[in-house]
Amino acid sequence: MESAIHIHNLHKTFNKGKLVALDNINFDVRKGELFGLIGPDGAGKTSLFRILTTLWLADSGNATVAGLDVVKDFKEIRRRIGYMPGKFSLYQDLSVEENLNFFATLFNTSIEENYDLVKDIYVQLEPFKSRKAGKLSGGMKQKLALCCALIHKPEVLFLDEPTTGVDPVSRKEFWEMLKRLQSRITIIVSTPYMDEATLCDRIALMQGGKIMQLDTPQQIVDRFADELIAVRSEQMYHLIRDIRELPDIKGCYGFGDYLHVRFAHGAWTQERLTVALKDRHTLLEFCPITPGIEDCFMALMESHA
Amino acid sequence: MRTLLILLRKEFQQIRRNPSILRIIFLMPAVQLLILPLAADYEVKHVNLTIVNNDHSTYAQRLVQKFEVSDHFNITGYVDNYTEALQTIEQDKADIIITIPDHFERDLIREDKSELHLAVNAVNGAKGNIGSAYAMTIINQFNQEVRSEWIVFPKTNPVPIIDVTTINRFNDDMKYSLFMVPGILVILVTMVGSFLASLNIVHEKEVGTIEQLNVSPIKKYQFILGKLIPFWLLGFVVLTIGLLIARLVYGIIPEGSLGLIYLFASVYLLALLGIGLLISTLAETQQQAMLMSFFFMMVFILMGGLYTSIDGMPHWAQVVTRFNPVRYFIEVMRMVIMKGSGLRDILPNLYAIGAMAIFFNTLAILSYRKRS
Repeated sequence: MESAIHIHNLHKTFNKGKLVALDNINFDVRKGELFGLIGPDGAGKTSLFRILTTLWLADSGNATVAGLDVVKDFKEIRRRIGYMPGKFSLYQDLSVEENLNFFATLFNTSIEENYDLVKDIYVQLEPFKSRKAGKLSGGMKQKLALCCALIHKPEVLFLDEPTTGVDPVSRKEFWEMLKRLQSRITIIVSTPYMDEATLCDRIALMQGGKIMQLDTPQQIVDRFADELIAVRSEQMYHLIRDIRELPDIKGCYGFGDYLHVRFAHGAWTQERLTVALKDRHTLLEFCPITPGIEDCFMALMESHA
Repeated sequence: MRTLLILLRKEFQQIRRNPSILRIIFLMPAVQLLILPLAADYEVKHVNLTIVNNDHSTYAQRLVQKFEVSDHFNITGYVDNYTEALQTIEQDKADIIITIPDHFERDLIREDKSELHLAVNAVNGAKGNIGSAYAMTIINQFNQEVRSEWIVFPKTNPVPIIDVTTINRFNDDMKYSLFMVPGILVILVTMVGSFLASLNIVHEKEVGTIEQLNVSPIKKYQFILGKLIPFWLLGFVVLTIGLLIARLVYGIIPEGSLGLIYLFASVYLLALLGIGLLISTLAETQQQAMLMSFFFMMVFILMGGLYTSIDGMPHWAQVVTRFNPVRYFIEVMRMVIMKGSGLRDILPNLYAIGAMAIFFNTLAILSYRKRS
């Protein structure tokens, strides 16, 4: 299958090499894919986006977007991509319609010309057409930004943390829109939310400028070889310390009301845990669970550290 | 071209929406031109004078009278000794002490010469300087009078008298407004040119909108022109408002051609916008841009010949002012408005400012990067 994005040994540092933002990244994004970059703040997601959208130059390595070199063919790339930065960056003092018109005409097109592409989003924005962009709600702002990034019918769409700071309902709607767009546009999206990872075709788990794992969300979960148990008791504060003191525990971290405890397959059984903890804890609860992306991420982080 | 028009339309939409920009453009020139020229008046009136008269003779009395009738002096006290007089300076009641010594008249008649003592409070340098100059004039007049009375009409006048009369060319009544208003107008145009443009670009950096423009197919020159043109036009608006106020309020009608002022302003604004643009490429936040602009403005204004005459500066400072765009425009404004100078007279200034326009804009375009 053809690559929409090809990244080869991409390296980027700051402060004269002291801070490594991207550490020899290699991967491909297939055409028509909804690709997710998952990682905490500072993982290097935005740096990667800025290089791919021709805003920054990499120290070494190369990359192509839509078959074009990000250094040599930057002018043509700018014509063919849509970029939605993490920070809302439309003109707050212009109205919804003026913003859209501005970005459409800048790319030599019009709202009418690509109406079918933005229709779903635009109908939601239309009631607020004459409202200034700065006065929109967070979710509406994101929809407008997406609309502006889409208006010139890009081949590849870059979305940098599009749902950060957006309410759960708007987040869900936003992802539904991406799913619908995917048939026509390659989308690469970054997010710190692990639950959004499962909505992508393939994801790359990033940390400290490196890609720890890259696969479909299902495969990543399947590759999780350890056993995972959710534990809680009335003494949660002591529980996390007590569990971490047990031998052979590979990991233990808070997850909502429960602690997720990870250990090698067959190393511990529920009875052994009960025996070890029952003296100091009341209302102990155990529940073996299937891992999610976040559990995989935590496991990978510990093995990389 | 089409892209440029789109950018310009957006820029004007934003300017129209921004009440503070409109306020700056319309109110700032009005308020400043109405207040500053009236306040900035070099004419020193009412120099406070303390007289120590130790002689009490007729001649001494005549000299004192001459001071009393002068408009320029306010006699705040007659005291008996210098120590007491010094106190009036210390209490800031007097600017100048004139001491008439014992035997002033006797020495003048017998020995044909006498001495007077002037003590000047130099805390306010301008007032002290000008006040002592006035005093000297009065004393000289007195001297001339006394001397001519003593002469018993010889064939030729033994004291050659050179009588100096002054006319103030190009400013008959020495109206300070005629001198200050064009200068202050230059400062206003300068502020709009350098502050607004640089703040505008840095604002786009701050809110991140510049990223959206950078990933779009806009070319560098289109972006820069899109920023230059609106503020270039706004500069003309301010200039026009200022010239109108000068005419309606101060009755200043340029002797020379208005077209010449606008011609020079068009190049001048380009030079300033270049500086503003350069600042905006260096600054990351509006605060930084503001402080940088402020630094330049202070130097430009203080070394521009508006308040302190350039001819009075030390040589090195005069060399520095050659790199000050404000200086050239103030000169041109005064030349055209007061003297009625023509194109040929202002050509050296036009060349200098043209060179600056090219220099700063080239530098700005070279340092503006769409990617790093």
